[in-house]
Amino acid sequence: MSSADGDGQGTRRVIACLDIDAGRVVKGTNFVDIRDAGDPVELAGRYDAEGADELVFLDITATHEQRGTVAELARRTADDVFIPFTIGGGIRSVDDAQAVLDAGADTVSVNSAAIARPELVDEMAERFGSQCVVVAIDARGREDGGWEVYTAGGRKPEGMDSLAWAQEAADRGAGEILLTSMDSDGTAEGYDLALTGAVCESVPVPVIASGGAGELDHLVDVLRVGADAVLCASIFHYGRFTVAEVKEHLMAAGIAVRPPGA
Amino acid sequence: MAGPLVAIVDYGSGNRRSVQTALEHVGAEARVTGDPGEIASAAGVVIPGVGAFPAAMEALEVRGLTEPLRLLADQGRPLLGACLGMQLLFERSSEQGGAEGLGLLEGTVERLDCGPLKLPHIGWGEVAWAQPSPLTRGLPDPAFFYHVHSYAPVVASEDEVLGWSDYGGRFVSVAGRGNVFGVQFHPEKSSRNGLAMLANFVALCSGGDG
Repeated sequence: MSSADGDGQGTRRVIACLDIDAGRVVKGTNFVDIRDAGDPVELAGRYDAEGADELVFLDITATHEQRGTVAELARRTADDVFIPFTIGGGIRSVDDAQAVLDAGADTVSVNSAAIARPELVDEMAERFGSQCVVVAIDARGREDGGWEVYTAGGRKPEGMDSLAWAQEAADRGAGEILLTSMDSDGTAEGYDLALTGAVCESVPVPVIASGGAGELDHLVDVLRVGADAVLCASIFHYGRFTVAEVKEHLMAAGIAVRPPGA
Repeated sequence: MAGPLVAIVDYGSGNRRSVQTALEHVGAEARVTGDPGEIASAAGVVIPGVGAFPAAMEALEVRGLTEPLRLLADQGRPLLGACLGMQLLFERSSEQGGAEGLGLLEGTVERLDCGPLKLPHIGWGEVAWAQPSPLTRGLPDPAFFYHVHSYAPVVASEDEVLGWSDYGGRFVSVAGRGNVFGVQFHPEKSSRNGLAMLANFVALCSGGDG
């Protein structure tokens, strides 16, 4: 546990995550005056206005035929929204990554494709620079300790240790690790602090914590164990808290963030 | 009325499109180009950039762009380098064994000395203005901008420092001399502050003083 909040780290980031299926946002929101709650670009603009530091679009489109929509999404977002955004989900190759980066995405997140072929991380870092490459890891606790890497939405164990994979990904050139606890995801009972703390200590690159946020103090807790950023989905989508409320709570807890409206 | 023609230097760097859409958003006619003639005739020029310094400098040289950029700066036309594009304005960088830069601003580019903090520095950082400038007019002081970098300039003279940031130690995040400006962050990804700064730059390109 760090001795002081923010000790040894810069300004932390609050990242809004949007799940996209065939070009549409699939989780609900309760922005009252939004014209089209399914339009990712309109929602992205709203999160920018509210003070979100970054956006992640996670493409959960099931069929290959519809995946072309993600480059179009990147293009439309880049036309209208002027904060950094990441595209993840369905990126299988350097060419896939190139397409969304050319369309205006700032970073690309890879998960199962990098597990299947870890050299993909090296190739992407070589071509685009590490700052463009996020490796997403879905981790679940093992009964005998440690955390197993899972794919397929938490259904398929990969026989890999999450800490070892995070280190390997960083060694291969990942600029950031997006870490999701499959045990905590969807519980709204807080992030997996042991997992997040262990990964933060294992890698020299920033770690984005995901999975489990339900209360504002959950965000404080995970930032205090070393996460550089928090990924928030349902606490924003269902309108429990605004980005500004999150930022104000973090600031009150002594955590350095970009203040809302700054 | 069409805005001023701002050339975005195309030397193979990745984030050209983001810079273009942001400039268009604040009223410029923004054109991504690697053509020396087109760059030489623009009202103003933005050098974007992500990546490594030596390869970027080589790419500028291969495309015959270093002399047109120096000439443009000599003529007093507005020139803005962002992130790696800022670093290229300096005399040299120590990145990857070192390389010469454009030499339009005095100083070198060195790896960030940030103590125990992680590199690259990714995130929103506060910039405090060192002196008034048409580029930063009307912006809050300090103002937050989005940074992604591992290197930063070390200036020869603080006279050319327009803004300071802090990441485990103070570094120059905005520098300028005359109409040559460099910003270590990404204005095109810095929401309203970034757009306000780009609007100031476009006003300079229009012949106003910002």
